[in-house]
Amino acid sequence: MAKTTIPEEEFTYPGGTGCPGCGANLVMRYLLKGLGERTILSIPACCWAVMPGYWPSNCLKVPLLYTAFEATGAAMSGLRAALDIKGIEDVTVVGFAGDGGTVDIGLQAMSGAAERRTDAIYVMYDNEAYMNTGIQRSGSTPWGAWTTTTPVGTSHGFKHEPKKDIMAIMQAHRIPYAATVSVAHPEDFIKKVQKAKSIKGFRFIHAMSPCPPGWRMNPSHAIEVAKLAVDTHAFPLYEIEEGKVRITRKGKGTPIKEYLKLQGRFSHLTEDEISAIQIAVDEGWKLLLAKETSGV
Amino acid sequence: MRKVMTGNYASAYGAKLSRAEVIAAYPITPQTSIVEKLAEFVTSGELNAKYIPVESEHSAMAACIAAETAGARTYTATSSQGLTLMHEVLMWASGARVPVVMTNVSRAMAPPWSVWVDHMDSVAQRDTGWLQFFCQSNQEVLDTIIMAYKVCESKGVMLPAMIIEDAFILSHTSEPVDVPDQDVVDSFLPPYAPELKLEVGKARGFGSLVKPDQYMEFRYKDMLAMKEARERILSVEKEFKHVFGREHGGLLEKYMCDDADVVLVAAGSVAATAKDVVDALRAKGSRVGLARIRAFRPFPHEELRALGSKVEGMAVLDRSYTFGAAGAMFSEAKASLYSCPKRPVMKNYIAGLGGRDITPKILGKMFEDIAVVARRGVEDEVEWVDVAGLPRRWR
Amino acid sequence: MTKSHEELPLTPISDTPSTINLTGLWRVVRPVVDREKCKKCTICWKFCPDAAIKLVDGIPVVDLDFCKGCGICAFECPAKCIVMVKEGEQ
Repeated sequence: MAKTTIPEEEFTYPGGTGCPGCGANLVMRYLLKGLGERTILSIPACCWAVMPGYWPSNCLKVPLLYTAFEATGAAMSGLRAALDIKGIEDVTVVGFAGDGGTVDIGLQAMSGAAERRTDAIYVMYDNEAYMNTGIQRSGSTPWGAWTTTTPVGTSHGFKHEPKKDIMAIMQAHRIPYAATVSVAHPEDFIKKVQKAKSIKGFRFIHAMSPCPPGWRMNPSHAIEVAKLAVDTHAFPLYEIEEGKVRITRKGKGTPIKEYLKLQGRFSHLTEDEISAIQIAVDEGWKLLLAKETSGV
Repeated sequence: MRKVMTGNYASAYGAKLSRAEVIAAYPITPQTSIVEKLAEFVTSGELNAKYIPVESEHSAMAACIAAETAGARTYTATSSQGLTLMHEVLMWASGARVPVVMTNVSRAMAPPWSVWVDHMDSVAQRDTGWLQFFCQSNQEVLDTIIMAYKVCESKGVMLPAMIIEDAFILSHTSEPVDVPDQDVVDSFLPPYAPELKLEVGKARGFGSLVKPDQYMEFRYKDMLAMKEARERILSVEKEFKHVFGREHGGLLEKYMCDDADVVLVAAGSVAATAKDVVDALRAKGSRVGLARIRAFRPFPHEELRALGSKVEGMAVLDRSYTFGAAGAMFSEAKASLYSCPKRPVMKNYIAGLGGRDITPKILGKMFEDIAVVARRGVEDEVEWVDVAGLPRRWR
Repeated sequence: MTKSHEELPLTPISDTPSTINLTGLWRVVRPVVDREKCKKCTICWKFCPDAAIKLVDGIPVVDLDFCKGCGICAFECPAKCIVMVKEGEQ
């Protein structure tokens, strides 16, 4: 008899309209396996506002509130307030938003909810661009990436700004728990979700969400790319609990080239540019290690 | 119990008596004393509610919508820049069919920066699907909030409502207000209990994606709800009168209109001033009347048509201006009367923007002018009142 | 089929499982499992974005009504017992 390494119960139905190989699909699937049935989701404009399907189709087995784009943090506070005043206990309130809806347009509302210590979990599924609207750059798009608004071969060129460090921003809000998770490591993902669930206050989960059409990659490589992101330290797996960084997976330190070469959005990069990315990734990793050691 | 209080406090008491359960609060002049008073009520335990000090007005409305969808009665308040910042989510609230009740302290829009009264902010929301009540007294503010919850939470309505106070004139001016007893309000206004809400165990998605082949039917339902709101406003006010002994004129409050030759149509506190002017003119033999637009949404078509067919001249005072067109209330009143076989001569007076005082003298001149225009016909349909540099002197 | 306004809820509330959408129709390639070689590791089930794989005695059974043919299961299978086959072939 086979034993699964993650809970078997599904909280999503097939038939959702995510792309083949969609990382965000797995983010939701693992999230709900970790949280269970007593969960209410708030989802702003993003891929996941469309993925449940056209009305009346719903691929989720838990209640869902669709909201305006920038409103996730506010909706989380409103939901929690209503449940509290009605005396409804033991329900996890979740804001589930894309990177654009979090680091850009949704930053204010999320910051407000975190500052108010709203008792809820914010999950940012990060496909590193405004994917639902057709692959436009966001504050979370990494340096070097092609997007439709950072096209290559013009004076504009690829994205020249580094990726916003949303985990550092959340750390500055002094929330009790934040963690990065990867769809390549579902066991770690679900463990962190369950840990977040057990903590009160504002919790943040940053989930890397490979996007085959947006990253210009073969859908079958979605998990492989996610694995490489962790191994190359482009997307390290760590927690910040009570302000202290704890790395949860060291990663092999694979050259960044291995990660970049699977994705067409980086195919225009020169050797020098790839080296620059390697340096930046190495520095980021060193900084993270230093944070962990120093307890800052 | 009678208390002397400002319009803002009347709003706060209205929300408290209505047992608002979740209050989203963001400050903006001249609404601040509403959210401050409510913070006091909640902190002292007088009001059992969750108070969310949000970080913007957009978030205030978004939080209210989420809380309503989870089954809680909500309240918030704002003004001008805050109201217009909320515009997106105002439309969301009505499309989501959640009966949020909100006070808007109507204030001029920037630039130029102004904290004083006009109606541009409120009027600019007329397409959002919200019920809109323009109040002329602090008593009306308190009463209308309570009535609005009852109207809006009705099964056939389920639309949000804004109760509009004139900035400073009502918000910061004290008047005697009768504050009803909590148990009487409780007997009038039952708890909020929506049929469909976000609840564990029910996998429902609220607000999903609808294709072109089905969207129109949802909007049609919203239209039917606004139509139903018209009837509910009237029936709820009847009940209110029965329980509390007061009413405020339904959708269009008529003062001395029955045998009037000319009438002035206006909204907000200026209508109260205009009633004094009507009395003074009547004493001198002029047959004038005042019709106060109390509900701007749903628009009082029937009432205006009935009135319009009986008068020679109808002056419509807009404390706002819709660029490139005329004043909003004038345009809508004119459109309303278009199909009437007998129509009055109509003229639009744009007055009182940015807090410019509309004095009894100015109102008197308006009545004079519409009487002249009713006889001679109208040359300029839209006249800006009391603007320096224009030929006519109003002061 | 457009529903009459009278049949609609007051706001679009979606409460029908998405299994009404036969996303299997999107497919260009289809996973074929070699049940003999399968080690019952459950990794394919774990990584299917659409939860379109069921485990029957530990062996994956792909729900072809919904499988979009992304190929993750084939790529990730340690035993290499899943092959992606073009629709219309075999």
